[in-house]
Amino acid sequence: MKVLAETSAEPARSEARPAAKMPLLQVSHATKVFDVSPPWLTRVLGRAPRALLHAVEDVSFCIRRGETLGLVGESGCGKSTVARLIVGLYRLTSGSITYDGVDIATLASGRGDRTLRRKLQMIFQDPYASLNPRWRVADIVAEPIRAQRLARGRHAVAARIGELLTQVGLAPADGQKYPHQFSGGQRQRISIARALASEAEFLVCDEPTSALDVSVQAQVLNLMRELQQRLGLTYLFISHNLAVVHHVADRVGVMYLGRIVELADKRTLFAHPRHPYTRMLLDAIPDIAMSGKARTPVAGEVPNPLSPPSGCAFHPRCPFANDRCRTEIPALRADAQAEDALVACHAVEEDRIPQK
Amino acid sequence: MNRPLLEVRHLRIEFPTRRGVLVAVDEVSFTIGPGEVLGVVGESGAGKSLTGAAIIGLLEPPGRIAAGEILLDGERIDRLPHEAMRRIRGRRIGAIFQDPLASLDPLFSIGQQLVETIRTHLPLSEGEARKRAVDLLQEVGIPAAARRTGHYPHQFSGGMRQRVVIALALAANPQLIIADEPTTALDVSIQAQIITLLKRLCRDHGTAVMLVTHDMGVIAETADRVAVMYAGRIVETGPVADVINAPKHPYTVGLMGSIPSIVADRDRLVQIDGSMPRLNAIPPGCPFHPRCPRVFDRCLHERPDLMDAGSSRAACWLYDKVPA
Repeated sequence: MKVLAETSAEPARSEARPAAKMPLLQVSHATKVFDVSPPWLTRVLGRAPRALLHAVEDVSFCIRRGETLGLVGESGCGKSTVARLIVGLYRLTSGSITYDGVDIATLASGRGDRTLRRKLQMIFQDPYASLNPRWRVADIVAEPIRAQRLARGRHAVAARIGELLTQVGLAPADGQKYPHQFSGGQRQRISIARALASEAEFLVCDEPTSALDVSVQAQVLNLMRELQQRLGLTYLFISHNLAVVHHVADRVGVMYLGRIVELADKRTLFAHPRHPYTRMLLDAIPDIAMSGKARTPVAGEVPNPLSPPSGCAFHPRCPFANDRCRTEIPALRADAQAEDALVACHAVEEDRIPQK
Repeated sequence: MNRPLLEVRHLRIEFPTRRGVLVAVDEVSFTIGPGEVLGVVGESGAGKSLTGAAIIGLLEPPGRIAAGEILLDGERIDRLPHEAMRRIRGRRIGAIFQDPLASLDPLFSIGQQLVETIRTHLPLSEGEARKRAVDLLQEVGIPAAARRTGHYPHQFSGGMRQRVVIALALAANPQLIIADEPTTALDVSIQAQIITLLKRLCRDHGTAVMLVTHDMGVIAETADRVAVMYAGRIVETGPVADVINAPKHPYTVGLMGSIPSIVADRDRLVQIDGSMPRLNAIPPGCPFHPRCPRVFDRCLHERPDLMDAGSSRAACWLYDKVPA
């Protein structure tokens, strides 16, 4: 099996699971550039330059089977673009993404392997916009089953729908209702049932609970964890809420202006944040324990991604920035103190940051 | 204790519809002292924003105050004519809403909007008002304030816009500010800046705040006292530390347990099954009883009022000293 994993680019289609260490999803130097230039005529007459938005820049990470990788960052940091690149809603500008050894780019073009494509599903933030209001829930959930011919015959399909709805905590009879008859949390359950309908193994969850109230969020997060344990699912969980990510993730990546600035095991990241931006984010969480610690809110805001700062994009807000930070983009590299923590920061590398 | 600045007594807000009257807020009573920050927390549909809107007289028809009274400095303001209420709004009660872009007029510069607000409420000349506008912008932390008065709302970032809205709310030095989800639309790092700013300004000016939010973290950081709302009623109220660390009402207990924390490592979050009832189907008795893990007979038929529960007050029969 080891040999197979190393030499073959073919997906492992046998029942045997690849070695646990082998990443299920591998994102390598992924870059996505959007052309947001004004129309051609405006450019010519108004002498406006082309405008390129580097939404995702040289992002690399891997996700192992059965684990949850959390991706956090503020609005505009590119986390949702990463999600869309993985499921094939956007095409990479450069770099590569492989799922189970197969390049996603071939899947995104439509010629790809259907069985592999169905294993990757996405859950969106807004459960009001991601379900067709004119379809009954049973049809919404049945669509992937019919499209992929996963069950034959009306009875088999109906049985499978009932099973899926039960799995996400709804009743089989709910299939006859329309989405508007459900609350936000229940709709998100329907989204999950639809994702599972195609026998997905990997779910890309883009802020799945951000539109929900906390008590409903708890229901959905608990459900997602149960399903992960029962079905061995792998998640990429994207959120701006650090507490939610702390709850669901095994490893956490922090993004800032299109790049991953820190990637570490959850415990390492929350106990010993290394990058100044991660520290700032952790400091900014309202302190519900009311320990009375004084906060030092960091000044400044996320810069315009159309004209990002030179060098390290965080340097204008960083208390530890020096000339090197202003000119040289830091690479994501293993921290000297902990091998499982990757940090992109010159100050950390040079050990210039005082320990707290 | 001195007379409360704001007193709300037995407030009831109704929406008449073709299919009957919906009661969105019922029997809500609370007070806010001068300079005090009251946090009002609850999930969507709990009636917290409506309560705030009723206080500043901005309840959208057909919504109406059906019963109860609202007193500002001992004076009833819930029955005031439109013009009189307009003078109170801005002068004595300021407002900050969730979406700063919706609170600002896109066609006027920030300076024009501030000067207009200041001159509506304070007897100042154009020049004096202009100077006050710049001072206010400086106070809310807008860099190069004098230059930025000429800018329009779209030229500001989200965090900066919310600072402008705070400056507008403070323009006439009101005694009370109703802040409805002031940080919800902002990123965490900006949220922290705005909370710190709001706290500092209110302390400096002695302004009382009614802070409406769904975020317990924001309440914990900012409020002195907290009122937890559920299905149009206050289910628990008390000093913020007591409510957060030792919640009494089963709903508050569930709500606190369902918030993921970066301190504790938990396998499962506390789950309150079901969802908040719709307004046309509020259960009889205690409205929380169908979801309550500690429900007993009495909850099904009798509605509990707020009663003493340690240092807080909770609307729950568990805390009734006199058994029925």
